[in-house]
Amino acid sequence: MRKLSLFVLSFIVWFLLAWPFRPGGGLYWQNIAVGGAVALLVAFLFGEVFTERPHRIFRITSYFWLLCYIPIFFYYMVIANFDVLYRLLHPKMPINPGIVKVKTSLKSKSGITALCNSITLTPGTLTVDLDDEGYLYIHWINVRSQDVEEASKIIVGRFEKILKKIFE
Amino acid sequence: MADTVGIVVITVGIAFDLFGCVGLVRFPDIYNRLQAATKCVTLGTCFILLGVLLVSGISSTGVKAILCLIFILLTSPTAAHALARGAHLFGLKLWEQSVCDKYEEEKRERR
Repeated sequence: MRKLSLFVLSFIVWFLLAWPFRPGGGLYWQNIAVGGAVALLVAFLFGEVFTERPHRIFRITSYFWLLCYIPIFFYYMVIANFDVLYRLLHPKMPINPGIVKVKTSLKSKSGITALCNSITLTPGTLTVDLDDEGYLYIHWINVRSQDVEEASKIIVGRFEKILKKIFE
Repeated sequence: MADTVGIVVITVGIAFDLFGCVGLVRFPDIYNRLQAATKCVTLGTCFILLGVLLVSGISSTGVKAILCLIFILLTSPTAAHALARGAHLFGLKLWEQSVCDKYEEEKRERR
């Protein structure tokens, strides 16, 4: 099952890379044959490490929430950039950095990965490490609270609800 | 029309990349520098690729630009985690005026 989903994914990526393809046109069958062979190889080599629960790939509601998530994420990303721009262009450099500890209630590995990546790309925060109990260590360019609960609410709260719907 | 918009978007992207590099020079320690480097450079590169997509349309180049965009959004923050964690485990200190370092306390407790 894992191998099959990885095979389909790599086959799609292959066709996007070899994009202008027409049925019957030049190199059509060669494209399919080479892509299929490479996708099979990839699926057999890396199928084991792909994802823990492959059946989730076919759940439609996740994709709906993912579509809702993209604009939110993009909005925070642009805000983040102007925030960092302001701090680095200001002559006095108003930064107040530190590493804080926050807690997340997400359980799945892919969910935590997505959360860490979102945190890194959004306002003034950079994930440094995480431990097994769901605590994240986050470098914050402007520390507003050193308390675990409050920092979690500010940093993680923005994304956690919607990521839960996508990945759990 | 799409050409003009595309070139404007590429220009904005290059500006973000430039400011990311300014941040790399100005900020005091590795963690703050990584903040500037990941955020500004990721968004800047995304804008450049979006501009390429707008200029070239859904063609061979445009589709590759979308693929690159997705890969950059996935890999750039991951590289930043790896660098920040590696630096901290190696023992690089935060800037003197930093407020707190919960990670350092945690590491001491574990020892």
